Amino acid sequence: MSEKLFLITDEVISIQEVVDKVVHPNAGAINTFIGTVREMTKGKKTIYLKYDAYVSMAEKKLAQIGDEIQERWPDALVAITHRIGRLDITDIAVVIAVSTPHRADSYDASRYAIERIKEIVPIWKKEHWEDGEKWMGDQLEKTPYPTGKPEGEHLS
Amino acid sequence: MIKVLFFAELEEIVGSRELTIEKAELTVNEVKEYLKDKFPTLPVDRAMIAVNEEYVEDTDVVKSDDIVALVPPVSGG
Repeated sequence: MSEKLFLITDEVISIQEVVDKVVHPNAGAINTFIGTVREMTKGKKTIYLKYDAYVSMAEKKLAQIGDEIQERWPDALVAITHRIGRLDITDIAVVIAVSTPHRADSYDASRYAIERIKEIVPIWKKEHWEDGEKWMGDQLEKTPYPTGKPEGEHLS
Repeated sequence: MIKVLFFAELEEIVGSRELTIEKAELTVNEVKEYLKDKFPTLPVDRAMIAVNEEYVEDTDVVKSDDIVALVPPVSGG
């Protein structure tokens, strides 16, 4: 896999490889978030998903999230890999690893990263059901914040 | 010449990942109006616009060789 801290890939994600990118002697915690493909959403059964991305811009926006995290939590190290292409139920779609000196910040920064991904990173999910398919969007049901920071309500 | 990229459902509506507009300079709003005119069913106003991989405002100017992308509401994660 790639050495890049912020990566879009069409291959299976190795959790360990993402975690290894944030290992540091000053870290007292590494928080790992693993986003997986869920079968049931509001009573509807997903057969599989397809993810598409504007790859070059998506990697830049993931890096921007890393920068935003380091502004808020200066000692944090962040690595994010998001998979695209066809994913089946239980497959890993995204792995976020954050290391910080103390554990509380690692949880907060990880949460910040996943919420921000859902706002600004150009990746799209197409749901495939038994009786149809649809590109999903606006999961937050809010206007995204292209340049600004999400407010507290987005993190709660 | 301005290149425009389409993704997800927008790509399916347009039937292509990209097209070019033979203009040297347009505002973002003019690009949107051009696309609405050409593809009446395209939900242009639901999309954010990126130029050279950064989000922009409607009043920003797009020049020849810039790459415009329509970014419909994202659903990663």
